[in-house]
Formats: sequence, structure tokens, C-alpha cells
Amino acid sequence: MIGFSDITKWIHDSLSSALSPGWVLASEFVLAGIAVILIVVVLVVVMIYMERKVAGFMQLRLGPHRVGPWGTMQVFADVFKLLLKESFAPNSVDKFLFNLAPILVLAVSFMALAPISWAPGLQLWDMNIGILYITAVSSIGVIGILMAGWSSNNKYSLLGAMRSGAQIVSYELSAGLSIVAVIAMCGSLSVHDIIMSQADGWWIFKGHLPILFAFIVYVIAGTAEVNRAPFDLAEAESELTAGYHTEYSGMQFGMFYLTEYINMVVIAMIGSTVFLGGWMPFHIYGFDAFNGVMDYIPSFVWFFGKIFMIIFFMMWFRWTFPRLRIDQLLKLEWKYLLPLSIVNVVIVAFITVMKWHF
Amino acid sequence: MKSLFQYLKEVFLGFYSLWTGLKLTLYYFTHPRKEIITEQYPENRTTTINIPERFAGEVILPHDENNKHKCTACTLCEMACPNGSIKIISVQEESEDGKKKRVLDKWIYNLGMCTFCGQCIDACPQDAIIMKNSFELSVYNRNDLVKTLNKPGSKLKEKE
Amino acid sequence: MENNNNIPIDDLTEEFVVNIGPQHPSTHGVLRLQATLDGETIKDLLPVLGYIHRGIEKMTESLGYKQSIYLTSRMDYLSAHINNQACSLAIEKGMQIEVPERAKAIRIIMAELQRLTSHELWWGSCAMDLGAVTPFFLAFRDRERILDIFEGNTGNRLTMNYITPGGVMFDVLPNFASSIKELLVKVKEHLKEYEELITGNVIFQHRLKGVGILPRELAISMGCTGPVARASGISCDVRKYHPYDGYDKLDFKEIVIDGCDSWARYKVRMEEMKQSIHIIEQLIHNIPEGEFRAKVKGVIKLPVGEYYQRVETARGELGVYIVSDGGNKPYRMKFRAASFSNLGALKPITVGAKIGDLMASMATIDLVIPDIDR
Repeated sequence: MIGFSDITKWIHDSLSSALSPGWVLASEFVLAGIAVILIVVVLVVVMIYMERKVAGFMQLRLGPHRVGPWGTMQVFADVFKLLLKESFAPNSVDKFLFNLAPILVLAVSFMALAPISWAPGLQLWDMNIGILYITAVSSIGVIGILMAGWSSNNKYSLLGAMRSGAQIVSYELSAGLSIVAVIAMCGSLSVHDIIMSQADGWWIFKGHLPILFAFIVYVIAGTAEVNRAPFDLAEAESELTAGYHTEYSGMQFGMFYLTEYINMVVIAMIGSTVFLGGWMPFHIYGFDAFNGVMDYIPSFVWFFGKIFMIIFFMMWFRWTFPRLRIDQLLKLEWKYLLPLSIVNVVIVAFITVMKWHF
Repeated sequence: MKSLFQYLKEVFLGFYSLWTGLKLTLYYFTHPRKEIITEQYPENRTTTINIPERFAGEVILPHDENNKHKCTACTLCEMACPNGSIKIISVQEESEDGKKKRVLDKWIYNLGMCTFCGQCIDACPQDAIIMKNSFELSVYNRNDLVKTLNKPGSKLKEKE
Repeated sequence: MENNNNIPIDDLTEEFVVNIGPQHPSTHGVLRLQATLDGETIKDLLPVLGYIHRGIEKMTESLGYKQSIYLTSRMDYLSAHINNQACSLAIEKGMQIEVPERAKAIRIIMAELQRLTSHELWWGSCAMDLGAVTPFFLAFRDRERILDIFEGNTGNRLTMNYITPGGVMFDVLPNFASSIKELLVKVKEHLKEYEELITGNVIFQHRLKGVGILPRELAISMGCTGPVARASGISCDVRKYHPYDGYDKLDFKEIVIDGCDSWARYKVRMEEMKQSIHIIEQLIHNIPEGEFRAKVKGVIKLPVGEYYQRVETARGELGVYIVSDGGNKPYRMKFRAASFSNLGALKPITVGAKIGDLMASMATIDLVIPDIDR
């Protein structure tokens, strides 16, 4: 079987034979960028279709089923409609910030994809602080949301943006602390090292109860970070009509919509990388025959399987729970999740020092 | 210590209550064909659609095979209508034996103003008009909503 | 900026006015609430009415008595049967006709089914206002079945115009009893699901408990009726105190909870659904045989005088007040709508709370906007 590293090596070699080293680097940047955007857009299309079907079945409906076979073309039809619509800006908005905001949130959510390891040998940039980079970059997105809310010159938008700011700043903490639990055990911030350290079993199984708890906290905080129900206070359609993107239309609205789903992918990717072994197949320490069988399933199937499992959890939550109130949301973070996460990190540190983990 | 126990119990019970809700939605997700409440309307229009016999659709004036109806042009329906969607135009006609008689000329029904309350059906002493259970009543031209219900050349049915 | 140090912090913040409505997802109609906000906290609330005022009371003066009944379905469109019943009862009082027993039983069954549909819809939209969309569809499942029964028996789904002076328009279908029996089994089963999905949910309970507290005295002074008042510990069920159409012969409980908050209002409605099922179950097996409609003249004329009839709709007390000058049209017809009085309680219970609480309070007060404006 051809590995992904062979393909990338072949591309690099064939480019080097034709171009000078500077142009090779530049063209590789472009190729990698296009590849990531294509993969992510395909993922988002699948996710939007999945969300509609999940919502439909949970709500005793059929979901989209008219456009194309089983409604698969519905998403394309909707994107096409958004592309054709006018991106309307009301008179009294701050035009520059208003137009910048959707581009900023989208760019930031793409930036967070840089250190993700998609499969063995398929990683854009294996930096030694990969996880730290992702958590840092993904919190820039809130600036775009604040920008959108402020520049819209709309009270609903402003309220939504303020809520979103308070929410993301709070939930970054417990999301970070739950990742710290794993980092403490494996001792590296590099995405590649974290995945390789799970070759003999995923951290969620190796790390005893504290890591399982950290995973639960991570899923809750992750759902809050991407502003999805039950934490969708920034949009809160029954309170603020559409929150921070009330005034956006056309493809500018489409960008916010796209960003929501890309952020979901990013959260699911970090979750699967850190807790569920990334592309690493399901291995049990000592069961070599079983591990060998598991290796036959391609690594990208593992990776996307895990991503979609976490995404399904998020959709499941969204279509089951009512929304929290803003003060309850902050109470949940500061009075429940954060103290428990800190205690959890202390326990993890103790386990690591005593070398009790596998 | 007791308050700590209380705190943990609260967290646990909270999660348990969330789980019961998740279980229900998961059940419906995994049994998608069990209870689909939506109807596939334009497709099922000739198959599974169920319009009850009594469904109050548009008002019609039934004619029998000899092109005869039962309306005596008494205008009770016109008076019963709360919206003024019925207009009865009658003419005086002289029969062979010299008696003057009021005969229906035009039974004009404005569907656009009708609220389908069924008061005209209730008021009619001859049971001349009924409500058909048709429901696809939209037309492209607003003038098409004003209908003359009696067919041209139709006559009053004689009492048996 | 230097003299900012002397200004208290409160003066540095600014209140701003947000118009919630007339086009807003959770006002369920064209109600406008001018909310003065300080951040997320509501400082003042001014309901602005009249966006759907159709002058129904004035229109009745130019229509006959029978024609006026069809207008009442358009007031509180979620309890159309009960509105028709109220208006018919008031006219019957004036005409002094006795309604046949069969018609009375059919009227009560229809009214209680209507209460059931109204509360089902309320349950769904209440959960939707609090951010959960799935319950709305679950609630519509049973509502749809009840509406199918209405459609089959009365010809219409929402504005039936089925109950008329003297009885009901037509007799029920032969399979009426069996279809309702089938339905009630399902409804009872699904009520348990509602409890699982929403009632027990910790987020939902925290959103409602202690939110929108309406004390007993305030509820009385605002003229609240129905589930809103009963959740504040006021026993006010018209079906108990001024029984009509034979409610006095039936066994049912008036649900009174002394919780005063949104959670109590939620509980009252959930229990009322069970009581409605109980009432229907008593009647469905023994609908009396006989006429379904007493003989009534084509054009109704009431003797000179004043007539008042109150009934319990899904939202509270509906009063119909008719002044007759002996003609074939009412001299004056006045409706005392439940939602209008209940809306009065919205400001005192939401000032000082968050925007999210406003939605919770509004959802549990269960406003129907055309009922407010008429």
C-alpha cells in the first residue's frame, strides 16, 4: 500500500526537478492550501447534510430528500443560492469592519488546521507547540465575532457578540485544562508526538478516569466554544433573532455558517487527536494479533470515523437540549467545570509523577 | 464534607437527567421509520392523502344529470354569509298558467372572500349547496375566484 | 476623560432600548415589547399592542348573532371551539333554549380536545423559546392527530365554527368514540416522553425555577386567570365555580400549585393535560343518544337585556358580554380575553431579570396575540 508520505515525496521530487527551490516551496504552499480547503469544504458539505438528516430523524421528519438522490444535492443548492444573493450592507454599519469580520473568522478557523495530522505522513506543519498553537489561534475567532457584532450597528448583534465574547473567553480555560491533562501524561505539545504516544492504546483508555473526565469536559467546552446549542447564546434565535450575524446576508452569512462547521471540525480533530489517538488504529497493549488486524483499516478511516463520532455527539446535544441562560452558562464554567478541571489536572499530575498510567 | 457530597450529587443527577433526554432522541434517530409525521404532499396527492368527507372546501351547487339544481333563490345563504361572498341574482319569470315566480339567474360565489365557515350550507332550507372537500383552490388570476355556480341553462328541480 | 474618576460607575453605563417584536421568533405573533436593557438585565418593559387589531367587537354589531360566532374563532385561535362555545352559551342564555344532552357531551369533548391541542402546542413552543427545537415536533405529532379528528368531524382544522346556538352543527361521525379512544392511548404514552425529554432536564428546570415570580396578590390585581393564576395559588377554574354544559356532573380536579414561578405554570399545564384526558375518558363511553341540535330560528333575535357568559379557555377565563336591543344584531358585544389580562403581569415579573428569563416568562404565560388585540 502506498503511504501518504510517498505521495508527498513524489510531488516534492517532481516539482524540484522542474523549478528552483523557492518556487518549489511557493507552489507547495499553494497546493497544500488548495488541498486543505478542498478537504474541509467536502467535510463541511457532508456535515451540513448529516446535521439535517440527524435533526430530521430525531424530530420525526425525513430531512432533505427532494434535491438529488436522498436530498444529497440540497446543500449544493443552498450554497448556490447564497452565492447568487447580494451581500447587503445596511447604511449605518461600519463598512470596513463589517466586510472584514466574516473573512477574519473564516481565515482564523482555517489557520487552526495547520498542525493537524490527517494520516501518517500527511501533516502540513509538525511544529513542536502544535496543540498550543491551535488553542491560541482558535481563540482569535472571537475577535471576528465581536467585530461583526460591533460594526453591524444593531442591538441584537451587539448583545450576541458580547455574549459570545464572555462565553469563549470562559470556556477556553476548561478546554485548555482538559487538554493539559493529556499533555502532562505524554509530555509533548507536538501533534505528531501525541499521536505516536498512543500507539499502544488511546489516552482515553490509558489515562484512567481523570482522562475520561477530561474528555467529557472537553466535549462540553468544545461545544460551547463553537457556539452550538445548548450554548448557542451568541445566536439564540428565540432571543436575539440571529445574534451577531443578524445583518449579514448572501455569502457573508455563508462564511459565518461555514466557519461554524469548520470550527466544529477543528474541535473534533483536536479531541480525536488528543484523546482518541488521531489516525492511530485501536490498539491494545500486548494483543499483537488484534493490533495487526486493526492496522488493516486505513488510518484516514480511523481519523474521520473519530471526527464524525464527536461531531455526531455535538449534533445530538443540539437537537435534544434547551439553551442555557447567560449567567447559568458562566456559572457552569466557573463553578463546576473549571474547579473540577483544576482538581483533575492535579490528579493527573500526581498519576504522571507516580507513573501509574500505562 | 456534606456539602461536597451534595455538590457531586447535584452534578451526577444533572448529567443523568440529560442522559434520559439523549436516550429518547437517540431512540427516534435509530428508528427513523417508526413515526414520521410529515406528509409528502405533492407526491402523495393521488395516493395516501386523506381528505375527510366533511372537509369544508369550496361551495358548490350540485346539478343532476338533467342539468337541474335545487336552488330556489331564497337568498337565505346570502344573508347568512358573514363576509358577503355570496351574491344571488334572481329574475321574475312567468309560467304558463300566469303565476309569477322568482327564478335563479346567477349564483355568484366569491371564493376569495369565503372563510369556509359553512353558515350558508347550514342556512339553506333546500340543501341545494354543499361544500366539496377540494382544497387546492389557488388560481393565477384574481377574477377566476369569482365563480358562477349554476351552469348555463340549468333549471330548478321540481319537487317529487 | 480626567473627571471620569468622580462619576460613579453606574453612570458610565448606558441603558438602551431594544424592540422585541413586532417581528420576533418568540413573541409568536405581532406583539412588540419595548425593553429597556442594562447589558443583559431588563430595566423596563412596555408592551405595545394593536398590530393585529381587527375590531372584532365592532364587527359583531353589524353582523348577526350567528355570524358573530365565526369571528370568535379568530380571537384565540388555539381554543376556537371554546370561544364558539362561550358565544353560543351567551346567545342561548338570551334565547332561553335548552341544549340537548348529546350536544352538551359533544361540546365538552371538543372543548377538552381543544384544550389538549392548545397545551400541546404550548409545550412545544415553550421548549422552543428556551432553545430546544425537537419537542416542538414531538408535540405536533399528537396535535396533528387531534386536528385530524376535528377535520373529520367538523370540516375544519383551526377555525371550526362547529358549536352553534342550540347545539352543534352536525352530528359526530360514527367512529368518533373509537378514534378518540385510540388517540388518548397515544397521548398518554407521549406525555411520559415529554416528561423524559424536557420536564426532567436539568437545564430546563434551571431556566424555569424561580424565574418570573408572580405573587398571589399581584396575580389577583392584574386579573390573571387560567393556568397563570392557578400557578400562583388562586383557585379560579370557571368549570368548577360556574359550571356550564354539564361540567358539574363530571369528576375532575382543579390544578392549583402554590409555586408562583414559571416552573409552577409549566407544571399546572402539564397536569391539566392529564385532567382533560380524564374528562374525555368519562364522557367518551357514554355520549347520550338523541338530538344534536335544538330547533333554532334562522335569524336569531335576543330579547332586550344584557347577557354574560364565562367559560374556561386554555388560557384562562373568557367572558362574553352581549347587550341586546331586541334586534337581530347585537347592540354591543364585548369579550373579556384571558391573554390581555395575563399580559399585564409580564412587566412586573420580568423587570430585573435577564433577556433569557423574559422568553421563559413569556412562554409560560402562553400569550396568543390575536386574543390580546381582537
